[in-house]
Amino acid sequence: MTTATAPRAATFDWRRLTTHPTAGPLVALLVACVFFSSQSEQFLSGGNLSLVVQQVMVVGTLALGQTLIILTAGIDLSCGAVMAFGTIVMAKLATEGGLPPLLAVVTGIGVCALFGLANGALVTYVKLPPFIVTLGMLNVAFALTHIYSDEQTITNLPGTLTALGGTFPLGRTDITYGSVLTIGLFLLFAYALSQTAWGKHTYALGNSPDVARLTGIRTTRLQLGVYTLAGVVYGIAALLLVSRTGVGDPKAGQTDNLDAITAVVLGGTSLFGGRGAVLGTLVGALIVGVFRNGLQLMGVGSIYQTLITGVLVILAVTVDQISRRRARR
Amino acid sequence: MSTPVLRARGLVKRYGQVTALDGADFDLLPGEVLAVIGDNGAGKSSLVKALTGALQPDEGTIELDGAPVRFRGPLDARRLGIETVYQDLAVAASLDIASNMFLGRELRRRGPLGSVFRMLDKKRMRDESAAHMAELKIGLRSLTQAVETLSGGQRQGVAVARAVAWARHVVVMDEPTAALGVKESGQVLDMIRRVRDRGLPVVLISHNMPHVFEIADRIHVQRLGRRVAQLKPSDHSMPEVVAIMTGALEVRDADGGTVVADEAAAKAVGVQE
Repeated sequence: MTTATAPRAATFDWRRLTTHPTAGPLVALLVACVFFSSQSEQFLSGGNLSLVVQQVMVVGTLALGQTLIILTAGIDLSCGAVMAFGTIVMAKLATEGGLPPLLAVVTGIGVCALFGLANGALVTYVKLPPFIVTLGMLNVAFALTHIYSDEQTITNLPGTLTALGGTFPLGRTDITYGSVLTIGLFLLFAYALSQTAWGKHTYALGNSPDVARLTGIRTTRLQLGVYTLAGVVYGIAALLLVSRTGVGDPKAGQTDNLDAITAVVLGGTSLFGGRGAVLGTLVGALIVGVFRNGLQLMGVGSIYQTLITGVLVILAVTVDQISRRRARR
Repeated sequence: MSTPVLRARGLVKRYGQVTALDGADFDLLPGEVLAVIGDNGAGKSSLVKALTGALQPDEGTIELDGAPVRFRGPLDARRLGIETVYQDLAVAASLDIASNMFLGRELRRRGPLGSVFRMLDKKRMRDESAAHMAELKIGLRSLTQAVETLSGGQRQGVAVARAVAWARHVVVMDEPTAALGVKESGQVLDMIRRVRDRGLPVVLISHNMPHVFEIADRIHVQRLGRRVAQLKPSDHSMPEVVAIMTGALEVRDADGGTVVADEAAAKAVGVQE
């Protein structure tokens, strides 16, 4: 009974390639790279590209957790603040707390997971809008960060906390372990979302919670799990942030929530849920990084970089909206 | 009369002051298409939800093949072989056809790829989906296209095919033609016929009298929270059935004939001179 699929399987399906949600963002990234390399000789150097990856690593990982939540038609405004709190917990416990560094890291990730769980429980059981819940949680995490850190930057961190900032040479370019971890995480979630039942259920939940529930998916457990998992990913982002900056800074990551959402949207994931892919988010994060880096090399001020990023987001959402309308006819 | 496949007695469901089901009975016989009709608020959807586990009745009993059953949720009913096509809530729009067919019941690869890495067996799911779709004569170009790219009728076809593929006892369809055009409605009615021909009984909830008369073997009329009549379409005219549904006529238990209960209403629907 394979007659319905056989003719398609034999030939390469160009139509599917062009309608793939990551196709557009990938083209945009390539165009941006070509443009900036024409403007600056430095741009395409291994060292500079490695720098771009390092710069987008933290926001990219945040955006990965954010993608999971947006796929379920939610949104998480608290991701950056939760990550910031995670970094302070790790740094504080490992220094003043006197905890073994590894235990401090695990506790920090655990705290981030608890924030995710709390967000998830309020969205799933109390049925509050994710926007409001995570807006509240943003303030809670922000305040706790400043209270717990006493507004002080924590320095002299043990080597375990910054180990991911270490590098190994690949050709003539130094690659950080953190970049490898980030890309590994993206591949892991790309696999889980596209090849497992959990992934299909997550998309179905984003399409319609009622449809998902009526087909027998345990939607409350699934949704709670997605928010908690996103929290774990923010915890890993916290570790990446510590390893990159080498300190526990209570002021870090304050605008990262919007950068993360920007990366998700630029990556072709729909804010309406149920459509998109995490590899798109990686591309989206790279687009943000490439623009910031490229404009910097061209000598454009950082406030203009923000301006251009803002325009990019609005463009991306417009494209999403129009293409969805066309798909439905 | 053979043992009903699905039988309910004295179902009651109250929501605060409102009584949605007021001692409703229900009988579905083997191999038949049973239409459930009723005015808005007659308790049609509450009845169907109780029979498919989507709500729990306060009182009353449900039997499946003569054995009492109790559904705590839709999953319980589905495990016992009762599949439902819900109105407007049938498919996940961005997923492809095969993913929808197997949603919540995915097949995993054999061996460690499936057990350790939880990898889906997409090929097997596609092949089996293609077989089911072909059996119901639903023509589609590709099973990998998202269902949101399909027409309304094809989408309904996917939902029906999924229900039929998994149902062992009963297929319940809630207003399957409500959102469809004439041609597509015809296709869905054909599909229902093919399901019946396979020996599966179908419960069809519908507002559309011509469709009900075209396809139903029997009609269950729901009114004010209970069953007021069980009719054969061949014994009654369409206006008569509508009159029973609205309370203008009542059915005599003795011979199945009708008596006028509300003269003005009966005149209005044209069943009394």
